[in-house]
Amino acid sequence: MSQSDFVRRLDMGGSALYGERTRWQRIHVDLTLLLLLLALCAAGLFVLYSASGQSEYYVRRQAMWMGGGLVAMLFVAQLTPRFLERWAVLPYAVGVLLLVAVLWLGIEAKGAQRWLDLGVIRFQPSEILKLAGPLMLASYLSKRRLPPVFRHVFWSLVLLLLPAVLIVKQPDLGTALLILAAGLFVLFLAGLPKRYMIGALGAAMVLAPLAWFYLLHDYQKQRIITLLDPQADKLGAGWNIIQSTTAIGSGGVGGKGWIQGTQSQLDFLPESHTDFIIAVLAEEFGLVGITLLLSLYLLIVARGLLISLHAQSMFGRLLAGSITLTFFVYVFVNMGMVSGVLPVVGVPLPLVSYGGTSIVTLLSGFGILMAISTERKRT
Amino acid sequence: MIQDRTFKDPNREYRLFFYRVSVAAFAVLVLAGGLLWRYYHLQVVRHQDFATQSENNRVHVRPVAPNRGLIYDRNGVLLADNRAGYTLSLVVERIDDMDGMLAELEQLIDLQAEEVERFERLLKRRKPYEAVPLRFNLTEKEQGIIAVNEYRLPGVEITAQLIRHYPHGKLLAHVLGYVGRINDRELAAIDPVRYSGTYVIGKTGLEKEYEDDLLGDVGYEYVETNARGRVMRKLERIDPAAGKDLHLYLDIRLQRAAYEALGEERGAVVVMDTRTGGVLAMVSKPSFDANLFVTGIGVKAYRDLLESPDRPLFDRVLQGQYPPGSTVKPVFGLAALETGAVTPQTTIYDPGFFRLENRKHRYRDWKKGGHGTRVDLHEAIVESCDTYFYSAGVKMGIEQLFRYGSRFGFGHKTGIDMPSERPGIMPSPDWKRGARGVAWYPGDTVNSSIGQGFMLATPLQLSVAASRLASRGEIRSPRMVRAVGEDAIGSRPPAGIIEAAPSHWDYVLGAMRDVVHGERGTARRIAEGITYEMAGKTGTAQVVNIAQDAEYDAEELEKHQRDHALFIAYAPVEEPQVAIGILVENGEHGSTTAAPIARQVFDVYMGLSDDRGEVLAADVPE
Repeated sequence: MSQSDFVRRLDMGGSALYGERTRWQRIHVDLTLLLLLLALCAAGLFVLYSASGQSEYYVRRQAMWMGGGLVAMLFVAQLTPRFLERWAVLPYAVGVLLLVAVLWLGIEAKGAQRWLDLGVIRFQPSEILKLAGPLMLASYLSKRRLPPVFRHVFWSLVLLLLPAVLIVKQPDLGTALLILAAGLFVLFLAGLPKRYMIGALGAAMVLAPLAWFYLLHDYQKQRIITLLDPQADKLGAGWNIIQSTTAIGSGGVGGKGWIQGTQSQLDFLPESHTDFIIAVLAEEFGLVGITLLLSLYLLIVARGLLISLHAQSMFGRLLAGSITLTFFVYVFVNMGMVSGVLPVVGVPLPLVSYGGTSIVTLLSGFGILMAISTERKRT
Repeated sequence: MIQDRTFKDPNREYRLFFYRVSVAAFAVLVLAGGLLWRYYHLQVVRHQDFATQSENNRVHVRPVAPNRGLIYDRNGVLLADNRAGYTLSLVVERIDDMDGMLAELEQLIDLQAEEVERFERLLKRRKPYEAVPLRFNLTEKEQGIIAVNEYRLPGVEITAQLIRHYPHGKLLAHVLGYVGRINDRELAAIDPVRYSGTYVIGKTGLEKEYEDDLLGDVGYEYVETNARGRVMRKLERIDPAAGKDLHLYLDIRLQRAAYEALGEERGAVVVMDTRTGGVLAMVSKPSFDANLFVTGIGVKAYRDLLESPDRPLFDRVLQGQYPPGSTVKPVFGLAALETGAVTPQTTIYDPGFFRLENRKHRYRDWKKGGHGTRVDLHEAIVESCDTYFYSAGVKMGIEQLFRYGSRFGFGHKTGIDMPSERPGIMPSPDWKRGARGVAWYPGDTVNSSIGQGFMLATPLQLSVAASRLASRGEIRSPRMVRAVGEDAIGSRPPAGIIEAAPSHWDYVLGAMRDVVHGERGTARRIAEGITYEMAGKTGTAQVVNIAQDAEYDAEELEKHQRDHALFIAYAPVEEPQVAIGILVENGEHGSTTAAPIARQVFDVYMGLSDDRGEVLAADVPE
C-alpha cells in the first residue's frame, strides 16, 4: 500500500478529497474544518460572555470580528495555491516594509510600538507576517530540491529572521517567536536534516545564557523568574499566575458553573477575557470543559495535518502543515502559560480570547488551508 | 533554480514529508497529553488546596467595632455619645504605588503631613487586607470628591464610623477624659482581638478608668470582596455587643454651676453627696475641649495647650497638691478634743504668735496682734486662730495629728474611680525620714497643725474631709459612677466610722456652722440672704514652691506667688446632704474668693433638691 493510499483511507468520508467534488468543495469550503471552527467560535463566545463580566458589548464585537474573519477565510479559500505560491513574496515584502515603518511611525501602547494607524483601523503589521512568513518560506523551499541543502537553509533563515528581529525590536517577543516557529515548521516539514536540528539545539543551549544577559528585557526576565517561583512576589508579578492557577484548580472536575466562577467574576483573575480566558473556562467548567476544548483543538489540528498530507503540491503541504502546527503552538503556549508551566508571553487562546486582529489572522490562515484542501488535482 | 527542479524526486520528498508530519503529530499528542496532565494535576490532585485558596480570596472576615458605651449624668443627660463620622481608609494590598496614591489624594483633599505620618505608623501594624485610616471626619465635600474619583482610586474606601463626641466640651474634659488613637505602648497591653476594628482607647478620666466596660465586644462580618477589596455582598454577620453605658452621680446642672462659679479663676471644685460618696460635680479650671483629642489633635494646638502657663491639661482636682491650710482646723480640733489635749473650756492668750519652749522663733498668727485673751477652740475655728492650733498641735504631737489627718483622708489616695489620683502628703516623722531623709523637728509639728509645712492635699481630699465631717465620721470613698450598664452599683455602707464623742462632733460642727453664720465667722459674708444653714471652714495657703517657668512675665510671676484660697463646707447643717471642697489658685483669701463659690453651688443644689428632690434622694440608703 502506497502512502497515498494510506492517507486516502485516513479520510473517513466527510468531504471526499479525491474523486467526486462535492458542492462544498466547489465553493472551496472544507466542511469538516468549517464545522469544527464554528463549534470553537460558539464555545469561545459562550465563555467570553462569562469572562467579560456578562458583557453583551464584548460578545457582540467578538461575534462581529468572527463574522469578518469567516468572510476573510472564505475569500482566501477562493485563491488557488498556485496563485499563493507565485505571489508569496508580495505580502512578505509589504509586511517587512510596514514593520520598518512601524518602528518610525508606530503608535505606542503598553510600552511597545506595534500598531500602525491607517486612519480607519489600527493594525499590527506583525499579524501579516504570521501568514506571510510561512507563505514566503514554503514558496521558497518548495521550489528547491528537498531536503534542503545548507545554502537554502541559510537563505530560509535570513528570510525568517529579518521580520523576527524587526518584531523583537518593537518589542514583541511572543509574536516574533510564533513567526519564527511557523517558519521553522516549514523547514522541519521540508525535511531539514537532523544534524541541523541538533546543531541548532546545541547553539540555543549555549546562547541562552547570553540572551539572558544581553537580549531579554527586565520584564521578560521577571516573567521567567515568576514562572519558577510565583510566590516570591505574590501581589506583583506572581499575582497573575497565582490567581490563574487558583482559578483553574478550584474548578475541580465539574467546575463551578457558568458565570459562577468567583475568581473571574470577582476580578481576581487578570486579563480574564483575553489571554487568561482559559482559566475562566477551567474554573467554571472544570476538567471536563478543558478536555472538551482541548479535544476540539486537537480535531482541528488533525484535520489540518490531514489536509497537508492530501495537498496537491509540496508548497501546499508545507504551508498547510506549518499553519496547523503553529495553531497548536498558540494553544499549547497559552494553556501552558495560564496553568503556570510556561512564562507569560502575550499569546491569545485561538478563537476564544477576545481580540479582533488575531481572529481575522487565524481564520485567514484556515482560509489558506481550505484553498489547499479543495485544490483541483494537478495534472 | 531550474537545476534544482530537475533533480526533484516527488516520491522521496513526500515520504520525508509524511514522516515529518507523523513526528509532528506525535509531538502534538505528547504535548497535549502534558497539558491535560497539568490541568488534571491542578484540578483534581490539588483541587482542595485551590478551592480553599479561592474561598480565602473571596471571603474576608472583617471586624465590626462595637459601639462604645455612652455616659449619662444622674438625670439621664448625655455627657458622651458617638456620632457618625466618615473615614477615608486605604487597603494597601490593592495599591501598587502608595506614594503615587498619597500624592493623588493630596491633590484631592489636602492631606496634612501629620495625617500621612500617622497613617504610616498605622501601616506597620495592620493586618492583611485591612483598611488603614488616613483621614477622619471627612467633610461632605471631601466625600463627594472621593466618590467622583473612585474609579481611579482602587483600594480607597470611605467607611462610616462612630466617633466619640463630648457635647458639653470644656465643662467635663477632666471628668470624662477622652479617647484617642491607640498608641504603641497601649497596643502592647491590650487584647488585639477585642480591639480589632477599634482604633481608639480611653486615655484619661472615666474613659480610661472604665475602658473595659465602655469598649464592648467586637463583632464579625464575613464579606465577599472582589480583587480590589470592594465588598460585593455580606455573607454572615455576628453582631458586636455594645459597650456598657455609664450612669454617673454627677449632675450636669451642678457641674455647670460650679464651673461658672469659679469664673475666670484657676482652681478646682468638688461636690460630694455626703450620704453616698457620689461626686455631684467635679471641676478643674481652666479646661479644654476634649473633642480635639478624639481624632488626633494637631501639633500646634497641642503645644499651645501644653505650654499655656495656666496649664489647662492639668487636672487640679486629682493631681493638684496644695497645702490645705486652715481647712484642716476642724479635723485637728476634733483630734485635740478626742485626745484630751484641749477641752471646750481650754483657752489661750494669743499675742499674735507662738513660740516653742526655749526657742526664739515666732510662729505667726495670720492676724497681726493676735486674737487676744481667752481664745477657746470654738473661736479658734470660727476666727481661724493659728496660735491656738499651734499650741494644741504641739500638745497632741505629730502622731495624733497624723492619725486623725489620715482618718479624714489626708496623705493617701481617696480610692475614687478615676485614674491618676495623687495622694497628697500627711507628714509624719516616718514620712519625713523616708522622703527627705532627715529627722522630724518640733517646728514641723507646729506648721503641720495649721495645714502648712509639708502637708499637701488634693481638692478631692478637701471635699472628702468635708464629707466625713458632715456625716460625723462616715468613711466613704468618693465615687463617680453609680451604675454600669443595667447593673446599679448601688449605695454601700460606709467603709468605716471615725469614732468620736457626739459632744465633740457637736462642738466642732457647731463651730463650722458659725464660720458662716456666726457674727465673727471668717465666711460670714456669704451668709447674707441664705435660706438654709451651711457649715464651713476657710483656708489660705502660702505658696511656697510653685513651679515657676522662666517664661512668666513679671506680672504673672507676682500673681503666681499669691496665696491659694481654700474652703470646705457642707449643707444643710441639720441633715447634711452635700459637701464641697474648693481651691482657688492664688486666690489670696479663702473667705473672699473660695467661700462665695460654695454659696453659689449650694444655692443651686438646694434649688434642685426642691425641684427634683426625689432624684437626688434616690441614692440615699434606706
